[in-house]
Amino acid sequence: MVLNCRHVWDRISDYIDGTLDPAVRADVEKHLAHCEICSAVLDSTRNVIVLMADDRVFELPVDFSKRLHARLDQVLATERPDPV
Amino acid sequence: MTAPQVRAEAQQEREAALIAAILAGEREKFHDLIRPYERQVYLTSLSLVKDEAEAEDVAQEAILRAYRKLAGFRGDAKFSTWLIAITLNEARTRLREEKRAALDSLDNQIENEGDYTPAVLTDWREVPSDALERKEICALIQQAIAALPDTFREVVILRDMEELSVRETAQALGISLSLVKVRLHRARLLLQKQLAPQLKIELKSKKKGGMLRRLPWF
Repeated sequence: MVLNCRHVWDRISDYIDGTLDPAVRADVEKHLAHCEICSAVLDSTRNVIVLMADDRVFELPVDFSKRLHARLDQVLATERPDPV
Repeated sequence: MTAPQVRAEAQQEREAALIAAILAGEREKFHDLIRPYERQVYLTSLSLVKDEAEAEDVAQEAILRAYRKLAGFRGDAKFSTWLIAITLNEARTRLREEKRAALDSLDNQIENEGDYTPAVLTDWREVPSDALERKEICALIQQAIAALPDTFREVVILRDMEELSVRETAQALGISLSLVKVRLHRARLLLQKQLAPQLKIELKSKKKGGMLRRLPWF
């Protein structure tokens, strides 16, 4: 099947995750090979995903862990887990 | 079995042993059980509660709840998935209490919208990961994620930031695999549309100063 650009955009997320059916994937690749626009959209979407996965985007608040474990200490010292 | 599967299995065994020990009275081992997931719990909480201090509070409450309800963990899902589901519940309860949970009618509107036009940029090809050293780049990404409809933000944070699988994301949210995929797709494209032009401008404007001189593609 010959895909147009919109068809390809609709499949970008599944393409990146590798969950497209092999025949559809081949059609998408055929389109990407000659379409500068779609391959740019693919690359920038992938870039955004890579940037988001980076821990530096959202850092834990300073001393988050310290405060959490201090609070846990109080509860663990006085409470058992609920019985089932 | 592949190496990641072996690691995952070893981790599950370790966690099962820790849980058994905690329930048998070695309560302080709960610290060790929870330590690998602090960041995930915080990010999950932040996906619904947008204020950092409140997100921390929700994260603490969720972890305490997980401790109290530990005997109810059956091991049919991963411990992390169970913990994330508890965190989402805690965050939603908090939002309801604050009466901020008015269902975002925009969510459905966007979800059903078939028409999407991405930002077309033919020269933003490389991943400028060094760019994350710069606070303004992180801020752009944070703002774009915060601006997503709630249902999209939950999915994209679990899947693309916490790197859960599609199945784990569906389990934690209690929704179908296909709904996860639809929301994920929409969220990623909205982020691409929002961020690609901004990042390009932001990175270009600093071209002459400092580190970006080393990046020939901007």
